[in-house]
Amino acid sequence: MIPTALTALLSHWRRNRLQFFAMIAGLALATALWSGVQAINAEARASYDAAAATLGEGQFDQLLPRTGETIDQSTYIALRRAGWQVSPVIEGRLRTEAGSVRLVGLDPLTAPGTIAPVGMQDDSNLDDFLTRGVLFAAPDVAKALEGTVSQRVIVDPSIAPGVALSDIGVAQTLLSAEGTLSRLIIAQSQPIGLPSLADVAPSLVRQPAQDTGANRLTDSFHLNLTAFGLLSFAVGIFIVHGTISLAFEQRRSMVRTLRALGVPLNVLIGLMISELVVFALLAGAIGVALGYVIAAVLLPNVAATLQGLYGASVAGTLQLRSEWWLSGTAIAVLGTGFAAAGALWKLAKMPILASARPGAWAVASGETAWRLGALAALLFVVGGAIAIWGRGLTLAFALLACLLIGAALILPLLLRGAVGFANQRARTAMWQWFWADTRQQVPGLSLALMALLLATAANVGVSTMVSSFRVTFVDFLDQRLAPELFIRVEDEAQSLEVEAILLTEAREILPLLSTETEIAGVPTDLFGVRVGPTYRENWLFLEDTPNVWDRVEDGRAVVVSEQLARRADLWTGDRLVISSNLILPIAAIVADYGNPLGQALISETAFRDLYPDLVPRSFGVRTNDPTALRDRLTAEYGLPETAITDQSRIKAFSLGVFERTFTVTGALNILTLAVAAFAILMSLLTLASIRVPQLAPVWALGLTRRKLGQLELIRAVVLAMVTTLLAIPLGLMLAWVLLSYVNVEAFGWKLPIYLFPGHYALLTLFALLAAALAALWPAIRLARTPPSDLLKVFANDR
Amino acid sequence: MVLTVKDVTKSFPAADGDVPVLRGVSLSLERGETLALTGESGSGKSTLLHLIGGLDRVDSGSITVGGREITTMNDTDRAALRRSDVGVIFQQFNLIPSLTVEANIAFQARLAGAFDADQAARLSKALGLTEHLNKYPEALSGGQQQRVAIARTLTARPKLVLADEPTGNLDEATSSEVLGQMLRLVRETGAALLIVTHSQSVARRMSRHVNLSQGHVV
Repeated sequence: MIPTALTALLSHWRRNRLQFFAMIAGLALATALWSGVQAINAEARASYDAAAATLGEGQFDQLLPRTGETIDQSTYIALRRAGWQVSPVIEGRLRTEAGSVRLVGLDPLTAPGTIAPVGMQDDSNLDDFLTRGVLFAAPDVAKALEGTVSQRVIVDPSIAPGVALSDIGVAQTLLSAEGTLSRLIIAQSQPIGLPSLADVAPSLVRQPAQDTGANRLTDSFHLNLTAFGLLSFAVGIFIVHGTISLAFEQRRSMVRTLRALGVPLNVLIGLMISELVVFALLAGAIGVALGYVIAAVLLPNVAATLQGLYGASVAGTLQLRSEWWLSGTAIAVLGTGFAAAGALWKLAKMPILASARPGAWAVASGETAWRLGALAALLFVVGGAIAIWGRGLTLAFALLACLLIGAALILPLLLRGAVGFANQRARTAMWQWFWADTRQQVPGLSLALMALLLATAANVGVSTMVSSFRVTFVDFLDQRLAPELFIRVEDEAQSLEVEAILLTEAREILPLLSTETEIAGVPTDLFGVRVGPTYRENWLFLEDTPNVWDRVEDGRAVVVSEQLARRADLWTGDRLVISSNLILPIAAIVADYGNPLGQALISETAFRDLYPDLVPRSFGVRTNDPTALRDRLTAEYGLPETAITDQSRIKAFSLGVFERTFTVTGALNILTLAVAAFAILMSLLTLASIRVPQLAPVWALGLTRRKLGQLELIRAVVLAMVTTLLAIPLGLMLAWVLLSYVNVEAFGWKLPIYLFPGHYALLTLFALLAAALAALWPAIRLARTPPSDLLKVFANDR
Repeated sequence: MVLTVKDVTKSFPAADGDVPVLRGVSLSLERGETLALTGESGSGKSTLLHLIGGLDRVDSGSITVGGREITTMNDTDRAALRRSDVGVIFQQFNLIPSLTVEANIAFQARLAGAFDADQAARLSKALGLTEHLNKYPEALSGGQQQRVAIARTLTARPKLVLADEPTGNLDEATSSEVLGQMLRLVRETGAALLIVTHSQSVARRMSRHVNLSQGHVV
């Protein structure tokens, strides 16, 4: 019985190949977008994990030099002799022909157990590491090192991207830094009764292990990507839901016949579930493969974005990872289950003698639209409540979900209203029929149009967010990068020398005095600034009090970044404890986009009083002729080229990062919109098969097949236009939530929203074009329907 | 006795309370016997047929098919009964549109695990379907589709054939021809036939005739 019943069920797909294709393709596309994003996230996380595992980043407390960049090896020896369980690390850039590589030297004998490349757990490799001076590196780095180092390079994919590992002695030699170290890793268990750090090594400062700000930022970036992937998946699931519902509806008569012929209901449901699981696995496998391609194409741009925005290294090439492969397959099965649950439930409850009339799916009553509308209203109320009272990233995403799902659910009601309005104004019989028929088609096309609504709104929302970010960031760069040149110095002597030179050569000097400290419980960069025309003319405040710069210059006030203000909940007028003997009122809040740390600005004098040993490590220089000054500094004063960076290069680099971000979001936007267009195409094609009985009478009454085809095309474009016009305000609301809620919760800063009407107009045009292209084929097919097929509708013997 | 129906009642819910459709119907059918069930629209003919086929449940009374009481059977057992002992021919043919004519004919017998290729070939030939075996139902006329439905039922060799207006959708000449073929083949397989019909000419060709009126046998 089971094989026979299964043959009958499967024969439906064999005879309705387009429907089968729509289901598999819809599910595969949905899975592809989801698993593509997951692949990118998995790759990035693996890179962070590799960095943490091989370099100890974020895992262990560390000792860093209080001033300067290096620790003398004798300090390390003193600590070891005093009983401190510390392990030395040296880091530096090694130039190769393919660019520079971050070389990290470790001491495997003292390093905590979890810090080691996988390959080194093999004793023979450890032996090589210690005695023969081998290097470990990921494949691309190993290739870059060929010919640069004389040591053997062992390829180990588990090493963090862009990094080579070696024994500390080898690294010191390669970096020409014998006798110096960069940092010391503190083992988690230490002997009791250790002498204090201040006694043994007063030049070092202990940095506790913590989740770095970069981790939080990259997490937010991945969360945003995941949300985008989920949205794309939802769009794909609309297609699958539509196809499965239609297929089940068309198989009602078969189900009734099978049951009448003796196939028990539970067997039928079991067979249908098995059938769907097999399809889901098949589509899931295709989707995961497609997702791999999407991820492989996008990953280099994502890696560049993460590196540029947050300084996180991510491998630019993709590896097959079981977690996203499994996650892709699982989401395909779950998505199919979700899409089919309603149809299976209806089947389970369908009486054996129920009507087998196909097409009931497409002729759902207006009552359903009102019910969905009521549900949407409820979601909007919940969303409104979250917007007013909700706090936290999860609730911010819940607000997004309420907004998007609510908008999708209310769409059929709005479309019915719009079509009804048009119907009232129709003057000729043909247009009256057209609008009445369109109203009847709305339920059948609803799912595809919901997909279009979500895809277009996501496009508007995400591009508004990214573009607003770009506009804001460019303004921000103009403020912060006002100096034409930036000069980096190596040590105190050079710092004093450069400042002396600049006093005669530059229009204005901005020494950048800074130190990393903790203010109001927030890790903060404290700056000492020389207040001059540059600060006064260029810096814009988010919130300020009168005479900000005068008060800062006199040491009577401090300026803080938005991140510090939000995290410490201290605003203008509040007093900020900078140190035990320096408490200043906050005079202004400034934006500081892209920085995970807080920022506080005090006068140069106040800073030097607090940190008399610190000298400026870099200078901003105002000049009327940056090229000439640059040439003079290098030619006459012997400053190396690499120590001078001009403003335009930094700006170009920063904007380049945004272009990369645009590439990623742009590609995802286009893919999501393409999936929505595919949803419309599939809905129209599948609906076409049950449209003939509705169109035949109109044809018989005198409308040509060509005219009917044209009207079908117009219908698709009109519905797509109404949907797109509704998607634009929805997308702007989405952007508002992203910028005003998600951004504040995730990053700690709020961004102003900018509108881009040109982009929205182009997007509307693109959506209409996509809808028209999707409708073209079904319209042509309708125009070419043989009269014999139309006549069959009237045949008595059918 | 292939079929025994005793004091069967059935009503359907309506807005103003339950509407009784069958009010204590009794009848029986022996092997090889053919019975026409006639009556005005709404007299309960199709309802009685559905109850006998185990497609619906009685409110009270008893129905036995091949000596087995079906009113106490669960859904799975009644489905098994339909696979093996009862064949139902519908007015709307109820063929599986995605299977070929040949696969449709073999379908019920295969479900019952009793497919006999010779029997299927013989019935196909007898019903004039040989040249249409590879076609799909949509390519056939109504008369041809009903022949496929008859072949499907008889290939499974059921003890009892239930036919609900099997020629209701066919013209007079086709109807007569299809009915003649069905009666001949039912006799050959030794099954009992219960046919629901409005047509007196169809009823006259059966060995017995029962008229239902307002839920009673009259």
